[in-house]
Amino acid sequence: MFIDYYKILGIAKTATPDEIKKAYRKLARKYHPDLNPGDNEAKQSFQKVNEANEVLSDPEKRKKYDQHGKDWQHADDIENMQRNQNQSTNSSRQSYSGAQSGSDFSDFFESMFGGSSSGGRSRQAKFRGQDYNAELRINLTDAYETHKRTLTVNDKNIRITIPAGVENGQVIKIAGHGGAGINGGPNGDLFITFSIANHQVFKRLANDLYCTIDLDLYTAILGGEITIDTLKGKVKLNVKPETQNGSIVKLKGKGFPVYKEEGRFGDLYITYSIKTPTNLTEKQKELFSELSKLKS
Amino acid sequence: MHLENLISENEFCAKHNIEISFIRSIQEIGLIEITTIEETGYIHENQLQELEKIICLYYELDINLEGIDTIFNLLQRITQMQDELTQLKNRLRFYEAKAKSGSN
Repeated sequence: MFIDYYKILGIAKTATPDEIKKAYRKLARKYHPDLNPGDNEAKQSFQKVNEANEVLSDPEKRKKYDQHGKDWQHADDIENMQRNQNQSTNSSRQSYSGAQSGSDFSDFFESMFGGSSSGGRSRQAKFRGQDYNAELRINLTDAYETHKRTLTVNDKNIRITIPAGVENGQVIKIAGHGGAGINGGPNGDLFITFSIANHQVFKRLANDLYCTIDLDLYTAILGGEITIDTLKGKVKLNVKPETQNGSIVKLKGKGFPVYKEEGRFGDLYITYSIKTPTNLTEKQKELFSELSKLKS
Repeated sequence: MHLENLISENEFCAKHNIEISFIRSIQEIGLIEITTIEETGYIHENQLQELEKIICLYYELDINLEGIDTIFNLLQRITQMQDELTQLKNRLRFYEAKAKSGSN
């Protein structure tokens, strides 16, 4: 698809190099990835602005674009253009390098100019590789314990340690696992965003866990000992006599591990849901009637 | 401080084609720290990312150092607010899940 670079930069076809530079800088300041962290829309806009500047700030590319841009799909013409293309390397001022690679250019650009024209983009030695972003979906029980996991990022296997207590939406940085560094520079980083699925039984709020357990009427009234499941295993719990429906008990230290604070745990809050008996026998009905009479 | 984690400012400036005085200005404004060993200034490798960002904002986007300082402060606030937003989203998720399990 033909891309109107002048429209992207908001300038007239007669714009001077100074006007192009001014327009580019204004838009780059608006959409620059470093100034819009985590905003993919801004990143895409920035790539368009960058590409437009790449072409229009280079007199030769601009000339080609003005002459043949609209006919870019005519393969022969493009081939001719590419054959005649002077490998100009020095005229273009480098655009932002931090998050760029050849693949960030549109098909239109690649067809017109035969690739990312890296030669024209190297006023500065690029130093650090590109940062990568990935999302990792795990279960609540996975996040309960520190464990290792192998991820495939850009066809490379990376073995990472996931610390216990990681939160939904939390981003962790794996240093050096982004794109390769340039000119011997360090690699970029890999940023992993965790998406933790809800658990059927346990609901998590920060480091605390919440769950609701059913309690039979007799234990609720008379008290007793019950065994409940926690993420750490089974726990015995004393139920106080005359426990009310909806009452909450706290089990200290039986909640979720605190991120990167080994041995520290949140609390587990248990809400009792008292179940009244059904399908009563005649005898049971009789006894409940007696209790009812005693009430008054 | 291990020397292997440090990059001399001369080497850095040569690679990035920038003046050493620029690095010093960034240091003066408090955006990076320079470690001096035997009269040579060194940049710690964990500051490279910030430093490259600064270079890009200064040279490519024509933003002066005071502007960059302001931007960095605002970005820090954005990060804090994003963290807070994540916490609030998780809180909302918790109450939604609770309400859902209560209605079942």
